[in-house]
Amino acid sequence: MKAKLAWQPQGTVYGALLNLRREFELWAPQMHEAPYEAPPAAPVLYVKTANTFAPDGAAVPVPGPVRVGATLGLIAGAAGEPTHAVLLDDLCLPHESYFRPPIRYRNRDGFLVCAPRSTPLAQLALDTLQIAVHINGALVQSVDLATLVRPALGLWAEVSAFMTLQLGDVLMLGTDCLPDGRPLLAAAGERIELSAPGLAPLAHALVEEHA
Amino acid sequence: MKHARIAWGGAIHEAVEAGGALELRTPALRGRRLSFDEVVWLPPLAPTPRARTILALGLNYADHARELAFKPPEEPLAFAKGSGSLTGHRGFTLRPEGVRHMHYECELAVVIGREARKVGKDDAYDFIAGYTVANDYAIRDYLENWYRPNLRVKNRDTCTPIGPWLVDAGDVPDPMALRLSTHVDGQLTQQGSTADMVFDVPTLVEHFSSFMTLYPGDLILTGTPDGVVDCPIGSHVVCSIEGLGSLENTIIGKNPIQPIPAKR
Repeated sequence: MKAKLAWQPQGTVYGALLNLRREFELWAPQMHEAPYEAPPAAPVLYVKTANTFAPDGAAVPVPGPVRVGATLGLIAGAAGEPTHAVLLDDLCLPHESYFRPPIRYRNRDGFLVCAPRSTPLAQLALDTLQIAVHINGALVQSVDLATLVRPALGLWAEVSAFMTLQLGDVLMLGTDCLPDGRPLLAAAGERIELSAPGLAPLAHALVEEHA
Repeated sequence: MKHARIAWGGAIHEAVEAGGALELRTPALRGRRLSFDEVVWLPPLAPTPRARTILALGLNYADHARELAFKPPEEPLAFAKGSGSLTGHRGFTLRPEGVRHMHYECELAVVIGREARKVGKDDAYDFIAGYTVANDYAIRDYLENWYRPNLRVKNRDTCTPIGPWLVDAGDVPDPMALRLSTHVDGQLTQQGSTADMVFDVPTLVEHFSSFMTLYPGDLILTGTPDGVVDCPIGSHVVCSIEGLGSLENTIIGKNPIQPIPAKR
């Protein structure tokens, strides 16, 4: 019998910026200043390109410390509605500015680590889900979907108003900072695990990138 | 050779340009010739096994940067798009209700031919399958300074016409010296040359492949020169690049009782 392959995105993966209340509030004081001039009125999105897709268990090469981005991805069914969800680690290199899309920081090879299986949405308590993040075995973060600025299905609807999420496309709900506002960083040699009730967990390592 | 993907006779076909017609490559119908008017043109891109990476350059012509009151960037300024916004030659692009400024952007589109990772400038052309014309529409009303230009401006259904042809790289002797132009309702509105790019194609391939692997079928939309104007509903927009062809497109409104403009 053929072994079942681990889940990988079949379509385009989109991520939402500033969609957890803690990080949004951290940025709020400077939202009216240059270069932003105003708080975002619509969801701020970015694309995780196919080169970033990495399977559960991957050793992701990194040039320095990376920001760990525990998040839930909603997967589009044929009718443009979300049908499944999956845990993802949306890695990026730390960046200070949210003015321009940071392709060089977000779209490096292996920078989207995917859990091995998705789960039907009907089996999940989306609005109260918490994602636990362990680094080297220690609990370092709990991402609480009850604190989304745009709750899961509301975000989906706002995005769908201007672009179709096609069968297999993924919409990630956003990543959070630590309670004190710092990003959760990890470095080569460390092992990261994401888990949440009802979802397949994922684990991966970071290794030094060779020049 | 100029390659197209078309819908005709109940199926999707690969075709090539032959004697001013489309010659089908589908085995059962191989050699049959069709006129340009009797087919539906699709983006001239074969399906990819994984999501297609589409990178689009902002401000890659110094004059366009000046027009928009920006300094030309010091490193390539790019954003990524999803393939859901792509549409074919002679297709329709939706103008959202109530917007005041929606403009075309005529761009040289580079199609990657083989896996590219850490490719130097000198070898970059070996990794390119061919070129086509893209029109990367922007809805300027929706611009916000968060990951600008942001996907609500740039990643809308129907808003990235591309084609008509994928022209083999070998048939484009110097991609960095191609005249490009846009006509709206027959009037010339945009004119430039790929020679005026801030970052040329080999530099872009080197830059992106230095941190991300590019796969066959991935696209780089290389930016647009100045001369972008608002396109109201009904506008017939033709983006042309020397040697690659003319990409036609018509702006429509969402109102279902608005008539779709007649074919030109």
